[in-house]
Amino acid sequence: MRNNRLLLALAVSGALAFGVAACGDDENPSGSGSSNTTAATDSGGGDLSGTIAIDGSSTVGPFAEAAAELFNEDNPNVQVTVGISGTGGGFEKFCAGETDISDASRPIKDDEEVPVCDKAGVKYTEVQVANDGIAIATNKELALDCITTAQLKKIWNKGSKVKSLSEVDPSLPDTELSLYGPGTDSGTFDFFTGEINGEEGVSREDYEASEDDNQLVTGVSGDQGGFGYFGFSYYEGAADKLNLVGVDSGDGTCVKPSTESIQDGSYTPLARPLFMYPSAEAMGRPEVKAFMEFVVAQAPAIAEAAKIVPLTAEQTTTAKDELAQAESGA
Amino acid sequence: MGRRTSLVRRPTPRSRFEGVIRALLFGAAIVSIATTLAIVFSLLRETISFFGDVPVGDFLFGTKWTPQFAGDQQSFGVIPLVYGTLYLTAIGLIVAIPVGILSGIYLSEFARPRVRKVIKPILEVLAGVPTIVFGYFALTFFTPEVLRNALGIDVNQFNALSAGIILGILVIPTIATLVEDAMSAVPQSLREGSAGLGANKVQTAIRIVFPAALSGVVAALVLGASRAIGETVIILIAGGQQPRLSLDPTESYQSMAAFIAATSRGDIPTGSIEYETIFVVGMTLFVLTLILNLFSIRLVRKYRQVYE
Repeated sequence: MRNNRLLLALAVSGALAFGVAACGDDENPSGSGSSNTTAATDSGGGDLSGTIAIDGSSTVGPFAEAAAELFNEDNPNVQVTVGISGTGGGFEKFCAGETDISDASRPIKDDEEVPVCDKAGVKYTEVQVANDGIAIATNKELALDCITTAQLKKIWNKGSKVKSLSEVDPSLPDTELSLYGPGTDSGTFDFFTGEINGEEGVSREDYEASEDDNQLVTGVSGDQGGFGYFGFSYYEGAADKLNLVGVDSGDGTCVKPSTESIQDGSYTPLARPLFMYPSAEAMGRPEVKAFMEFVVAQAPAIAEAAKIVPLTAEQTTTAKDELAQAESGA
Repeated sequence: MGRRTSLVRRPTPRSRFEGVIRALLFGAAIVSIATTLAIVFSLLRETISFFGDVPVGDFLFGTKWTPQFAGDQQSFGVIPLVYGTLYLTAIGLIVAIPVGILSGIYLSEFARPRVRKVIKPILEVLAGVPTIVFGYFALTFFTPEVLRNALGIDVNQFNALSAGIILGILVIPTIATLVEDAMSAVPQSLREGSAGLGANKVQTAIRIVFPAALSGVVAALVLGASRAIGETVIILIAGGQQPRLSLDPTESYQSMAAFIAATSRGDIPTGSIEYETIFVVGMTLFVLTLILNLFSIRLVRKYRQVYE
């Protein structure tokens, strides 16, 4: 009797565990096969110490965090702090001399930010470290091939009541849309709303928002009218479950996002370069210099770990040149 | 001095030992009270600061909850969140109350000892399953396979129906075991008396034993409801994240607990108004559960019957 009871309990819990494991199998985005790319840089050595203060864009944040984590494997005594005050907030602190490196999802503004830095005597170098792209995806049954930025705005703008694609183009299906997008804290949200709706942070509110991009993928692939936007690498991880939509920025050509079209900028306007701005003063410190060299040398591996689009070979060379110039100037 | 007894009892080793034990027991009882007070205190500061910026009326009676947006799109009406919480709880209880009470009655009055020995551990296993497992069960199995394919209901990927029903299943063991305990505690003499008057087993169970155990049953239901109101993970995973005032169970809803979890996962700056909303909603949830529990204590007293 005792034994039967135990067996039954085991069988039930076993069945439950198995069921869940089976359901969870397809959750993991692919591309985990290249975790062995963290070769030590020549400048490493492991005897560096000190702290590096980084702040800025919330899109670059995960990249900087991944970089810090990988960097710490060889340099455990260097403490890297990564803040996410946004690109503007980051530059504010950077030009006040509070941070060593500023993360930015756009170049520093000539008219507003450059003078502040100049006035405070903060010199810096612009280094492109990765590329960012947003994918528009729909459910497979809602086989939308292309959408214009004007149509996107009609669907996503503040106060929009659009319920189906047929409202923006009568030739499109009238399936009721289920909208999915990132939460308002995310850099992807700021970027999308800025480019599409014309002002960062302005968006319709009645969409399913999640900070967890995998949840967005689950929603879009699960609802017949699923329609959403999220970081391109999350699309790549679930490409077989989603329908990728090309974007027409108004000139009649429809470009689908891919690593290439994001890197070369032809996927417009939802692709952009991502930057790190080390200050000249900080670059004089060996730990910051080593960190930036590590970031540039390992940029593709870091980008993969952080799930953003890596630099091209050409962009990597440019980044190395920029960094070399900064070092010779320091 | 001799053998004259003093009115003040002198401490003996034994009474000292008892004093230590009493202090220990008192300390254990104080822990939960102190924790409750500490929770209220920790919520209070941000709550007060929040109401410095947002009028209490806007919060309590507003019907639009969009604290994460900026400018004129920002709105702090908590009603959709409270509604979502109660709506999901209601769906859960519609499932859990009948199933829970019936299984409790069955286990206490009808199940043969051998059958009970099999069913009780299964119920206990169900109660021990982590809620995150229930959440993914709802999202990846119950919604697509049961609701959509088997029953043909056109639900969203994230919907109240799936989350609510699974929430109910989570609560069933709580209600069932408590109902069973309450009914088992009814003295055997009542059953025998009922049988002696010619009542059959069903009549005895439903007309005699169940009413006699009513206070325990009410306690079971309220405990189940509290459990459902505070449940976070299932709703977060399967119920969606849209604050909504609607009756359609195929849509997605957000509950208070799920809002707290989802918002603290994002990158909100400490001290901002979005940050404070976490605490305000936590306070609202705390007050709601408190009211429910006070209400339940009164109910239990009202229906209590004492058998000696």
